[in-house]
Amino acid sequence: MSSSSFIDIQNLSVGYTSRSQKIIKVLRDVSLTINRGESVGLVGESGSGKSTLALAAMGYFKRGLRALNGSVHFNNINMLGLDHDELQKIRGGNLALIPQNSGQSLTPTMRIGRQIAEALRLHSDLSQTAFDDRIIEILSQVRLPNPAALINRYPHELSGGQQQRVAIAMALAGQPDALLLDEPTTGLDVTTQAHILELLRDLARDRNMAMLYVSHDLGAISRVCDNVVVMYAGEVVLTGSSRQTLLAPKHPYAHGLLTSIPRLKQKELPVALDGRPPMPGEAITGCAFADRCALADDQCRTTSPPLTRLESAESIRCFHHDKIDQLATSSQKVKQRKAARKDTGETTLGLEDLAITYAKSGFLTQFLSNSPPPPATVDNININIEKGETLGLVGESGSGKSTILKTIAGLISPKNGGIILNQDTKLTAKVEDRPSMNLRQIQMIFQNPDDSLNPRHTVAQILAQPLRLYFQLSGKDLHDRSVKLLEQVRLGEHYLSRLPSQLSGGEKQRVAIARAFAAEPEIVLCDEVTSALDVSVQAAVLDLLNVLKKERGTTYIFVSHDLAVVKAISDRVAVLYQGRLCEIGPSDAVYQAPFHPYTDVLLGAVLEPDPDTAPTLSADDVVELSPPAKGCPFQRRCPKKLGEICENQTPPAQTSIQASNQGHVIHCHIPLKELH
Amino acid sequence: MAQAITHQFEKNRALTVLKDLVSRPSGAIGLSLVMFHLVLAIISPYIAPYDYKLQNSYLMLSAPDAVHWLGADHLGRDVFSRTLMGGREALLVTGIATPLAVIWGGFIGILFGLVGGRLDEVLMRVVDAFLSLPWILKMLVIIVTFGSGTAVLIPTLAFFYGVPVIRIARAATHDVIARDFVWSAKARGHSRISIIWRELLPNVLDALMVEGAMRWSWMLLAFSSLSFLGFGVSPPTPDWGLMISDARGFMSFAPWGVIGPVIALSSLIIGINLTADALAKALGIDRAQKAPV
Repeated sequence: MSSSSFIDIQNLSVGYTSRSQKIIKVLRDVSLTINRGESVGLVGESGSGKSTLALAAMGYFKRGLRALNGSVHFNNINMLGLDHDELQKIRGGNLALIPQNSGQSLTPTMRIGRQIAEALRLHSDLSQTAFDDRIIEILSQVRLPNPAALINRYPHELSGGQQQRVAIAMALAGQPDALLLDEPTTGLDVTTQAHILELLRDLARDRNMAMLYVSHDLGAISRVCDNVVVMYAGEVVLTGSSRQTLLAPKHPYAHGLLTSIPRLKQKELPVALDGRPPMPGEAITGCAFADRCALADDQCRTTSPPLTRLESAESIRCFHHDKIDQLATSSQKVKQRKAARKDTGETTLGLEDLAITYAKSGFLTQFLSNSPPPPATVDNININIEKGETLGLVGESGSGKSTILKTIAGLISPKNGGIILNQDTKLTAKVEDRPSMNLRQIQMIFQNPDDSLNPRHTVAQILAQPLRLYFQLSGKDLHDRSVKLLEQVRLGEHYLSRLPSQLSGGEKQRVAIARAFAAEPEIVLCDEVTSALDVSVQAAVLDLLNVLKKERGTTYIFVSHDLAVVKAISDRVAVLYQGRLCEIGPSDAVYQAPFHPYTDVLLGAVLEPDPDTAPTLSADDVVELSPPAKGCPFQRRCPKKLGEICENQTPPAQTSIQASNQGHVIHCHIPLKELH
Repeated sequence: MAQAITHQFEKNRALTVLKDLVSRPSGAIGLSLVMFHLVLAIISPYIAPYDYKLQNSYLMLSAPDAVHWLGADHLGRDVFSRTLMGGREALLVTGIATPLAVIWGGFIGILFGLVGGRLDEVLMRVVDAFLSLPWILKMLVIIVTFGSGTAVLIPTLAFFYGVPVIRIARAATHDVIARDFVWSAKARGHSRISIIWRELLPNVLDALMVEGAMRWSWMLLAFSSLSFLGFGVSPPTPDWGLMISDARGFMSFAPWGVIGPVIALSSLIIGINLTADALAKALGIDRAQKAPV
């Protein structure tokens, strides 16, 4: 079959044979075409088959998977009919893949130059001298600083963003006509992500490459892609231009995904998309999305909707795409307001001059080198958290936000400073020395529920732990209380006998939340609790935390790298850089001018699923390993740096004078008036 | 009630793991081989056609026939009867020594893993140094000093085969204690004992079970080697290692004396290894994957 499209996938089904000899389909009759110079975004929740489809485009199937029917053509070559050697020539040459975790995809024992040389040698025949020049040329194409020095470095000497750039450089080495990107910016800091995306966008345009961009992040897709393909349960449910899809999605699933994303301009919490997608192999009658769809009727539950092409050049798999406006209005009502904060003025937790250090140079090295000890990882943190408020802590990785939480929980001992509970109890540094009463009052929820729930414990055992420990419950009392807790996190009694491995990501995090609330805590520490979850699930978890707060008046300290998430849930926000406070204040004030220069950089880099907004890149994305010994923590990256004063003097705390922005403090040498 | 669910679940897990184990070809074959040998070891005295000590000089090194299925050895004893009973001593000794090895090695390994830091580092180097000596040398020193009765062999095997278990238990402990559920338990204020018992042990135990199965097969081989060298069981007790050693000299013209015990010993060891393999897969701790290249 010949076709005009560059990458042409027709009616592809991919599946595996289960141990009970059933054929389980992961992709069902998927068609996708990409033209030269076109970039297509592939979106969907985890398990929707998007990565499988991207890998199938290069004729690769994960172990056990195989193409059941359909065709994959690349540049009019049938990729499914090639043998291993022929595929190898195309992969990495004309068709390159940039994987998600570049740190793991680089060989740790090989210098950067040699890794790129290896990729070059496979797909070109240059002379040795031309070779080195070409490597440097490729490295500068991906905008890596000082490429000549870089070729002698090892991957671990580079930051995450630089590693990702090297991975892109390796992909470019074969001068590809098409790039497959599998979540290339997931796990990177916001500023780094914004830089990488701009780079990809420019590369695709300059070289007229076809791109298939797989991501769960609609913000990233809106920045890079011309067209969007939305996948659900192994099927394509919507294709269209990214403008159409992101501004006025016609499929209820795409609509749900978009409303579940928290946005900076929005005052309400994002609307959760309830339910979960069907697992591969689960029997589906009718539309796969019918169970979660507000527009579903009897027709949807019995007949599977075909993929129909609309006049607007979109293709959609839905009977009711003309009624999508109803969905928009009905969901407006569901929007949850942030729980109103009761202004009690009562401090529940005080952090006084908190300083934490990880760096412990040995006595001997310090004695011999006679150098001053390295600056503390976290220093000079003074925050009073009021009863019933939610304090958001934001910052990039290495900003010390999780370290502060662990110190409050007693898992890390501070270098100096104190943690005062309820204005009178000074908490001991170590958790072992704290009385049971204080332990109960502070509970922590971790980032990844896969890691924070013991894989060998059932939900019943998980919930029983705090209930036995703090309330000595047993027998029927224990069971009743566990069921009540599950109800509060909207899970049924039958979950008690389940293992974590039998739960979805969102359900696991709900169990982790239930375990924290089992202690009836006054303060709950949330450490990136939604980062490991899909956006739709994230919205549901945020909503749950909000409801629990309304009911119980719990105080949250909410750590996240995602500024929009923090905005959605927090009353007050503290921005941290290198373990030092840059800005703190009511969340509305922090997200408005005047900004601390770092807040400004962070906000500029936030990607929103809106084709009309472009991120502004003001500071470079270098990662610093340790804070500067004196002066402003942000001095080395600050785009508004004044000069020597920033390097030598600790910036003063400037308080906003506006009455509405009470308690808005910016630590900067630049006068507030100029911080816009 | 929650307690009841807990117990029911633990039973369920054992059952699911067992079901998964036998549903795999390696598990089904391995487990049936092991069961076959265990049953045989118990009933062999009653089903053996001849007395294992009965010597008949007319039959010396006679070839297999309808009466003596595997022929006779150099003393004219029935090889088939002796092969049937030849695993009893080995299974008894290793059957007791293996759990002992896993228990003490596991205990010390978990302890090292928990202590961590410099002390752990120093102690592990001692373990490494100990492991670098050939095992047979160390064992022979003990046996020569204390004799080779069952009462000496069981603790000796248990001791030497517990040392490698330390490494496994320590590594598994290191894997688990860094995980958030342990931090979470610590932040809640659970006692150290409770964290070890509830959070750590269930996760380390899986690795120890598989390691135990592997150690068992190694230990069987070691026991047979000792017998082969003349330090294991004493004649006339039938033992595969000893039988192979005895028949070795006549192998060129009377190979039947070796074939029976060799097949018996290898089938048991292969059975144990296959079971251990399938067990690791059934427990979900087998990380071996087909290489992509």
